[in-house]
Amino acid sequence: MQTTTPAPLIAVENVSRYFGQVVAIKDITMSVNAGEVMCLLGDNGAGKSTLIKLLSGVYRPSEGRILVDGTEVRFASPRDALTMGIATVYQDLAMIPLMSIARNFFLGSEPTKWVPPFRRFDVKRADRITREELAKMGIQVRDTSQPVGTLSGGERQSVAIARAVYFGARVLILDEPTAALGVKEAGVVLRYIAQARARGLGVIFITHNVHHAYPIGDRFTLLNRGRSYGTFAKSEVTREEVVSMMAGGEELEALGHELEEMARQDRDNAAALATAGREFTAEARDIERDAEDRTEPTA
Amino acid sequence: MATRATAAPAVDERLLRANPVRKLLVRPEMGALVGAIAVWLYFAIVAGNRGFLTAFGTSTYLEVSAQLGILATTVALLMIGGEFDLSIGSTLGATGMIAAILSTTYNWNLWAAMIVALVFALVVGALNGLVVVMTNLPSFITTLATLFIIRGATIGFTRRITGLTQVGGIADVPGFSVANKLFGSRIPVGSGTYPVSILWWIGITVLATWLLLRTPFGNWIFGVGGSIQAARNVGVPTNTVKIALYMMTAFSAWLVAMIQLVLTTGTDVLRGSNQELYAIIAVVIGGTLLTGGYGSAIGAALGSLIYGMVRQGIFFAGYDSDWFQVVVGAMLLIAVLINEFVRQRAAGARR
Repeated sequence: MQTTTPAPLIAVENVSRYFGQVVAIKDITMSVNAGEVMCLLGDNGAGKSTLIKLLSGVYRPSEGRILVDGTEVRFASPRDALTMGIATVYQDLAMIPLMSIARNFFLGSEPTKWVPPFRRFDVKRADRITREELAKMGIQVRDTSQPVGTLSGGERQSVAIARAVYFGARVLILDEPTAALGVKEAGVVLRYIAQARARGLGVIFITHNVHHAYPIGDRFTLLNRGRSYGTFAKSEVTREEVVSMMAGGEELEALGHELEEMARQDRDNAAALATAGREFTAEARDIERDAEDRTEPTA
Repeated sequence: MATRATAAPAVDERLLRANPVRKLLVRPEMGALVGAIAVWLYFAIVAGNRGFLTAFGTSTYLEVSAQLGILATTVALLMIGGEFDLSIGSTLGATGMIAAILSTTYNWNLWAAMIVALVFALVVGALNGLVVVMTNLPSFITTLATLFIIRGATIGFTRRITGLTQVGGIADVPGFSVANKLFGSRIPVGSGTYPVSILWWIGITVLATWLLLRTPFGNWIFGVGGSIQAARNVGVPTNTVKIALYMMTAFSAWLVAMIQLVLTTGTDVLRGSNQELYAIIAVVIGGTLLTGGYGSAIGAALGSLIYGMVRQGIFFAGYDSDWFQVVVGAMLLIAVLINEFVRQRAAGARR
């Protein structure tokens, strides 16, 4: 198989990770290729975080192998993974709110000029590159010296993605980038994920939100209770199948009703909204009537 | 998303809206600059005819400001890096005493004694930093501990070696004349003379500002103070940064100790008491946040200037100097309130 297709950018083969008696993940196999969005889906506690920490060099696997470009590697630290082009953007810890956009962008890898001991941070170059790189991702900022705290959550994630891309990331690991975002904001981030894919990066998109994952994903790896249900191409699964696998077979019965609800909402959101609206109106009327009933005897 | 699509081509128009006056106003040291001008004007009015405006008056408050300012500048860097150092007052006392005892009781050359004191200061700074990065305990507590340990040890050793709590006679030891030129001389400017410590103060402020704003290390200081986890994730050597910052505060404590040692040709075991608190006050008045990640070395210099002007201005105005602490406390409170407002504008408010 490796003879005809190029090796995946990064792959894990049968990896497991134990923490003492606890099996965090067991026998996971997955990979991501250049120009592809691999969605890593799973409910809370499914082992998503452990898996990305293995991929980004925070943990070492207890069993199994990690391969970069088809060669087995062993990351000693996140720095190791970074130098191999594997960049991780963490949900809350991507940016420092009080620092300017440009200073955040280059934190830890500042461009310098002059020679030591007069080596200095080339602020002008940092500003210019930040502006250019953000523009390439389609983000327009008024002023790169404004604090990151003045950006919206989605913009912050986008700047973090642009930074990873600029610093030579070939694989972008995004840890719940849309979790804390509103619908519109999440859309902005999803667009930058598509941009990164178009630029030939392999993206590992971790989420538990199928509605964010399904439109952008090319392949889906589903985790449940530390084990993998396997990897599916988009053509092989429907959104509903993905949702049901995420929740886990045993809980399927219990969730059945909820899933139908979701599916119907997807097909006909407007109708659902109208129904909800009518229900609310009815309820509001009830409450009003109750309130009148209660106030009248005392009046 | 529709709004973004329409906003994108209009970027030039949006760029023009960035108001330069607004940008200036949100700089951390702006409040301190306005405060310094106000304090100066106040004392120029109430004590202008009592000597506040003379060259002598100016040099006395600048001297007070300079000695605090040398401490406050490095404390500002440390606080931007998210930590406190309460031990600098004791380090100041200890390094002065080490240099004094070695040069008088043991007849060392003053320079050799000063260098030993400097090494001691740097070791104390490194240890403070190591304790903070290895234990992750709040530095407010760990350096409070070193504050007491160093002060107590200074008193204990001094009494054991000399039998006294004061050491004098530095003017007679070899090496004093050069040290006096470097740390204790006065420079004639116009009609008056000014202590050389002002040059040290200016020099350190310029150096610290350059370090903070124009070097990668300065960017790391902001990063470490803003979010240590985020800084670590992008490869900033956070432990090295913190240890280096503690060594800088210890260095400035040593420098002020040497200036005071030469100026007074002696020292006593309690020298430097409370200076750590005044330094923090000057830093906070200068716009640096107690929570780290935001601040300025120039602000700390301005905070020290305000401190010096108030301390000496009260004397020139003929007020009871008991009220000095009330004024300092009130200014600290006002500064903290302004800083909090600025921080919210910078970090939270969507604008």
